[in-house]
Amino acid sequence: MAYLFNNFATVLQLFGQHLRLTLIVLFFSLLISIPLGILIARVRWLQAPVLAVLGIIYTIPSLSLFVLLIPIFGLGTKPAIIALVAYAQLLLVRNWVIGLTGIDKAVLEAARGMGMNSWQRFFQIELPLALPMLLAGMRLATLSSIGIGTIAAFINAGGLGVLLFQGVITSNYDKILTGSFAVSILAIASNYLLRFFERRADLIIRGDTH
Amino acid sequence: MPDLLSVTSISSRESVDSNTHDEIICKDVTKFFPNSVKPAVDHVSFKVTAGDLVVLLGPSGCGKTTLLKMINRLYEPDAGQIWIGQENIQTLPVNQLRRQIGYAIQQVGLFPHMTIRRNVGTVPRLLGWPAEKIQERSRYLLDLVGLSQNYLERYPRQLSGGEQQRAGLARALAADPQILLMDEPFAAVDAINRERLQGELLHIHQELHKTILFVTHDVEEAFRLANKIIVMEAGKLVQYGTPMEIVTHPQNKFVEELIGSNNLLRKLSLFTVQSILNGESDSEEPHNSPAVHQHPEAVIQPQEDLRSALSLLLESGGQALRVINQDGSTLGMITFEDLHQRLFEPENGTGPNQ
Repeated sequence: MAYLFNNFATVLQLFGQHLRLTLIVLFFSLLISIPLGILIARVRWLQAPVLAVLGIIYTIPSLSLFVLLIPIFGLGTKPAIIALVAYAQLLLVRNWVIGLTGIDKAVLEAARGMGMNSWQRFFQIELPLALPMLLAGMRLATLSSIGIGTIAAFINAGGLGVLLFQGVITSNYDKILTGSFAVSILAIASNYLLRFFERRADLIIRGDTH
Repeated sequence: MPDLLSVTSISSRESVDSNTHDEIICKDVTKFFPNSVKPAVDHVSFKVTAGDLVVLLGPSGCGKTTLLKMINRLYEPDAGQIWIGQENIQTLPVNQLRRQIGYAIQQVGLFPHMTIRRNVGTVPRLLGWPAEKIQERSRYLLDLVGLSQNYLERYPRQLSGGEQQRAGLARALAADPQILLMDEPFAAVDAINRERLQGELLHIHQELHKTILFVTHDVEEAFRLANKIIVMEAGKLVQYGTPMEIVTHPQNKFVEELIGSNNLLRKLSLFTVQSILNGESDSEEPHNSPAVHQHPEAVIQPQEDLRSALSLLLESGGQALRVINQDGSTLGMITFEDLHQRLFEPENGTGPNQ
């Protein structure tokens, strides 16, 4: 792994790009999936069709989706973000909906019966109780974005995928290894961090924080 | 300035006891559910006097829960009106209405992610009470429902079923509502705890004079708790009266079968020893006649039912049972005649409407 030590600044910069891409994707994914999940948790008949559409998007091979978006959005991070956000929806929405619809009916009835309005019910009851499932969805979406994000280097979106593609083209095995290693570090660290929050949220809703 | 501690409002309430703004009036209330031709609640009219504990009794599916939920507008009636005191509940903002009505349900529905303190403080928080007052109130309520203070920091799942139900009751009473709606609150609790909880509810009712509407399908529970019972069948109100009236003059075959009023032992089991004592509390003293001392004395507590009293009488071979309090003081005597009278002669004055 001599490549890593000799080009530490470059690797760090690509690592930063990759992290940034992942965070942007996560941000926009949540922006869409949270309201969408609330909507289909309330309007039950929308659940099947919406999840079916998201499932179909999820099955499109990533490279072909990236390439398909080039004529519309050009090269760079923009099509990459759009594709990754689209992929993340299935994982996020599905988990979030399971979390929301899995809340004990008696708890919701009590909240309503005591005179909580819908905002109060959402922020004080539904959100905290569905949070572990949402965080689980976020973790899966983050990991899949980090993974698929490497391929986005193919359409000039940067990130650690650059090392992989360049390594393949130049037959630089060391470069490939460095890229793989860096991506793994990012994925494992993200997994660990989100897992921590997930467990914490889970302990809270089970009333077990002490 | 509102009283800082609603505990104090207990005494101040005595003076306004004759108020009418805590009564519940239903007028021709009707509710249809989608995909059903028959109404779930069918032109039901009744009035619950302020301070009464009225039980809605009937088999499952008779509409009693639906009726209850229309009072805090979890369901909206399709026809008819509901009034609380002078106000038609449709004219009140729905959440304001709900915050002034206590609500307790069978599954309790405690918020699992909140401590008992936060759970109990829910409605006071919604009403914007200062933290100190909520704190004070929570302590008082835990005492009232028989939970120790260190439960305040516990989470619901650390409590047993019976304790959760107590916490639920404390939460329902949190903002000192004058009206309490209870939907089979003790149905999922084991028999021993159920009896205890019933006793405590009666105690709370006596102490706080809340207007309580209590749904159950358990006939014994109904008779144990109720000042008055509303019997429902298939969405209709069949009979509304005191437990005595319902036992002695069931409106029809359905009521008769529901309460088993042709079964004498069953009938006896519906009344407590206390209920006959109350009837003759004036003549308590002369009962200490020497005649009853011939046999070893059998004693019974006032909260036991008359069926137990009868078997005790038969067992002891005596003429009378001494009714004693927990502290051992004698409250009075009951005899075979008292039991006979209870079974076959309706009390004067409370005779049913013909």
